[in-house]
Amino acid sequence: MIRLEQLNKVYQLGGEPVQALDHVDLSIDAGEYLSVMGPSGSGKSTLLNMLGLLDTPDSGRYWLDEREMTALSEEGRAAERNRHIGFVFQAYHLIDRLSARENIELPLVLNGTAPAERKPAVGALLERLGLSHHADHLPHQLSGGQRQRVAIARAVIRKPRLLLADEPTGNLDSHSGRDVIELLEELNAEGITLVMVTHDASMGARAHRRLWMQDGCLLKDERHAPG
Amino acid sequence: MRPADLLRFNGRLLTGQWFRTLMTLLATAVGVAAVLLLTGLGEGARRFVLNEFNLLGSDVLIMLPGRKETSGGIPPLTGEGTRDLTLADARAVESLPGIASVAPLVVGLTQVEAEGRNRELMVVGTNQRFFQMRQLEMEQGRPLPAMRLDRAEAVCVIGAEVRHSLFGQAPVLGRWLRTADRRCRVIGVMAERGVSLGTDMSESVIIPVASAQQLFNTEGLFRLFIQVRHPSLIESTKPQILQLIQARHQGERDVTLITQDSLLGVFDDILKLLTLSVGAIAAISLIVAGILIMNITLISVTQRTSEIGLLKALGASENEVHRLFLSEALMMALLGSALGVGTGYALLGAAHWMWPEFPVSVPLWALLGAIALALGVALVFAWLPARKAARLPPVLALKGLTHAQS
Repeated sequence: MIRLEQLNKVYQLGGEPVQALDHVDLSIDAGEYLSVMGPSGSGKSTLLNMLGLLDTPDSGRYWLDEREMTALSEEGRAAERNRHIGFVFQAYHLIDRLSARENIELPLVLNGTAPAERKPAVGALLERLGLSHHADHLPHQLSGGQRQRVAIARAVIRKPRLLLADEPTGNLDSHSGRDVIELLEELNAEGITLVMVTHDASMGARAHRRLWMQDGCLLKDERHAPG
Repeated sequence: MRPADLLRFNGRLLTGQWFRTLMTLLATAVGVAAVLLLTGLGEGARRFVLNEFNLLGSDVLIMLPGRKETSGGIPPLTGEGTRDLTLADARAVESLPGIASVAPLVVGLTQVEAEGRNRELMVVGTNQRFFQMRQLEMEQGRPLPAMRLDRAEAVCVIGAEVRHSLFGQAPVLGRWLRTADRRCRVIGVMAERGVSLGTDMSESVIIPVASAQQLFNTEGLFRLFIQVRHPSLIESTKPQILQLIQARHQGERDVTLITQDSLLGVFDDILKLLTLSVGAIAAISLIVAGILIMNITLISVTQRTSEIGLLKALGASENEVHRLFLSEALMMALLGSALGVGTGYALLGAAHWMWPEFPVSVPLWALLGAIALALGVALVFAWLPARKAARLPPVLALKGLTHAQS
């Protein structure tokens, strides 16, 4: 489903060039559950941003579903992000002035879906994630775990093929963190491709396939059955 | 994004930061209201002045002693002729074909006394034609009677204000009045009409022209009003009158003829310019409002950096983010304009209520111009900050950074 070919990215940090991605080759099959681990500055977040079309490489190519993403314009990438990619962030990134329901339906609002179509889709998802009672709450009225669940709902409302999670449990206590991971794994079990960046070795170990990165290179690519 | 969703999204934003919104609305509203108010008053002044001059009628010529250049510039309003304009001249003009009537005018200030009360008042010497030309209406009694121009009959017509200050509530018709050393009988009181042509007729005493000539010991007329039979005759009659006067004044063309239209034209030009310039001054406040909108949009962009990153991650393109911020500024400008139009008209309505005789009306160009300017200014000033927002790289924006930092 995903194929990266010699993907390269150099950032200028304080005048010093930093090799964030060093000619990375990688392919991911549909439905995989993949964790990316490594020290800070190893390039794992950059890799996630590249996969999520939030960042563009200096050189190299990226195919998503046999279509070359590196050939798309900004408009094309935006449409692709909306349609095929869901993001979950460490800091949730919910919009404070919008209720849980409104936050979840934001991707549908952005692509111009009619309100009559949006409502049942959001309602079903709220129901499924056990957030029905919190639909009209503002983010500051929710707990961290609930906020992240809202953020996940927002990420999957358009039924994307690819779900990218950047330290999804980083701001949560271990109990709500486990809930969130289980929700993500549940979605993965339904067929969504899940790529998760994490610092936490025990969280990372749950993935079926684990990548270790250092200095922009893939250090280790490990697969085993879930244990 | 659907327009309805866009409206709702922006609405949330504006109500969420109500104080900021209120201040911006206020700035725009003050600008729009100022434009409406000032142009409304300017236009009111123009109409007021034009109305006053219109009372003269478009078939009336004014002759002033002394020759003045009237091409361009303001026509002279003070006559300082070398050779007097006399009653004989007036009669000669009246006998020209095409002339309906003439009204000579001799004006001066003098002590007027009645019932032991003394006032310094304007005394106007003229004839019965003057009443009809200036549309002076009578409250009681009658205007000056028709008589030969050189007959100095001891009658007078007084203004409403004169009547109150000299006679109070007492009946006045048939009473005697003393102007300097001459006595005259009151035969009429003029209706209150306020100021006309810069002269308050309600504070003057009108007597036959010959009486005024004796009173002020002068042969010369201050003005001669000439009414033609039809407005279309004005232009063709002018040279005839001038030739006649030239012949009577030993070849000197030493009078000036003014038509109402030339007076009106000049005043119209001046007052239109005045309205335009006060409108332009008020428009500056709209520009100031625009700078405020720019600052507020910039602050909004900075505060919402991570939200912009998020919207981009959720599939908003650069254009969409740009549109989002522009529409926010436009909505504020539109609301502010509506508020300003309401306030402006309310204030003008209040002004009209307080001074009913003063016509206030906002010219359409000022109304449309003010709204268009408010929207244009908002669009122009929000453009740059909105583009800045649109171009934020989503990765950095999500971290809340507007620039790449280490």
